Amino acid sequence: MGTAAPAARSWRRAVDDLVAGWNQRELWGHLGWQDIRQRYRRSILGPIWITISMAVTALALGVLYAGLFGNDLSVQLPYVLVGFIVWAFISGCISEGSEVFTANEGLIRHLPAPLSVHVYRLLWRQILFFAHNLIVYVVMFLFFPQHLGWPSLMAFPAFALLVINGAWVALLLGIVTTRFRDLEPITQSVVQLLFFLTPIVWIYSDLLASANSSTAARARLVEFNPLLHFMEIIRAPMLGQPQHLRHWIVVLSITVVGWGLTMEALRRYRARVSYWV
Amino acid sequence: MSVSEDGPLVSITTKDACVDFPIFDAKSRSLKKTVMGMVGGNITTERKVPVIEALRDITLSLEHGARVGLVGHNGAGKSTLLRLLSGIYEPTRGVAEVRGRVAPVFDLGVGMDPEISGLENIVVRGLFLGMTRKQMEARVDDIADFTELGDFLRMPLRTYSTGMRIRLALGVVTSIDPEILLLDEGIGAVDAAFLEKSKKRLSELVERSGLLVFASHSDEFLRDLCDTGIWMEHGQIREHGDLEHVLAAYKNRTA
Repeated sequence: MGTAAPAARSWRRAVDDLVAGWNQRELWGHLGWQDIRQRYRRSILGPIWITISMAVTALALGVLYAGLFGNDLSVQLPYVLVGFIVWAFISGCISEGSEVFTANEGLIRHLPAPLSVHVYRLLWRQILFFAHNLIVYVVMFLFFPQHLGWPSLMAFPAFALLVINGAWVALLLGIVTTRFRDLEPITQSVVQLLFFLTPIVWIYSDLLASANSSTAARARLVEFNPLLHFMEIIRAPMLGQPQHLRHWIVVLSITVVGWGLTMEALRRYRARVSYWV
Repeated sequence: MSVSEDGPLVSITTKDACVDFPIFDAKSRSLKKTVMGMVGGNITTERKVPVIEALRDITLSLEHGARVGLVGHNGAGKSTLLRLLSGIYEPTRGVAEVRGRVAPVFDLGVGMDPEISGLENIVVRGLFLGMTRKQMEARVDDIADFTELGDFLRMPLRTYSTGMRIRLALGVVTSIDPEILLLDEGIGAVDAAFLEKSKKRLSELVERSGLLVFASHSDEFLRDLCDTGIWMEHGQIREHGDLEHVLAAYKNRTA
């Protein structure tokens, strides 16, 4: 029992926030589920709609882009599908992260809870969405079997990294957008833009190997898009494709730098968020 | 968290605690004319972002067993003080230390979801107040009895009338075991017979709690539940002491 409470801007309090939030698993676990059930309440199929809409989107765009690029459907469709499933998770963390505190204004102003509770709730909800979408991935194997091997198990640590990064992105964006509200719409449009800059509907390796040298040169610029690396570390193992170490290195570096920044922001501004919302 | 499980360690200590609200969207020019109104805290304009000094130099020491009534006119800082004491607002200057599990009841409806059933809402609301799911499930029957809602508890909350919602919220709130209970008025709008019943439950709740701070405009309610009083004015503590004494001073001033 300390004689004095740690100062508001200490590392201790920032870490305490994350730990205390984690200890309220029962609360955010329940709320995350409720968010999902809520969205589809009174519909007959319920959360299965998540699965269905993912299947329809992936099927339609898979067929469309297979035609446009002249690719085989058995290549294009699984690529688009896995890309979309991963993208849904990434974009969900970013765009919902930008409103994680402003959307919970009522709760923040009425209940003394760690900030991280809202972030855990968001991540849990996105993980549940992801799990629903995985059903489409499993069904895909009936029509387009992929050659999975031991290296495919890398998909698990890859997803763990996606979640860990989603946590800092949501926490950092949440804090910043609460103070500067203009960043919320900006984030939404940037996410839209990133969808096109990330290889989801177009196949990265195909463009790199393009006969047209200027196309190939331009495709190489995508290496600067951090989301490319996040996409690659999980999509390659899920489709049984060759994996590259550099994507892992980039993602791990982003994880370390991102969390460093976020902890600093949390230390400084944690106590300010309830004033700003 | 340094919150202790053993009851008697419940306490709230603040020293020179201040709560300053930055107002980002207000034009500082137009605000210059309205510094120091009769209502509300003080607005300073020296800084780039105008700041409302909602609370100033709050020094308090509340121990287990404290039953404090909070009086003051609108905008005097009662609700902000409750939020400071609950830990929602950490002081911008000075210190505040809260020991014990806080159950803040500022808004009966917060955390209630219109789309889910009354029963589910009981559990969710309880989780928000720091209870566990098991504890809440054990209390459902008691809450159902108290609210007299019967089979309606299985219906979604959106089908409830305002009065029914308040009954449900009050039923949940009064069923918990708080270490620190912070109440903010707003306990009207219930029919008379029910009010009588909820008064009894409310005083039982207060007896179970380790520490109570209650903001209200009703002298009757305050006398029922509290023994000491704090009079807030312009974000500062004007008087702190015996409830009757504080109430009398407050009445004299406003009359």
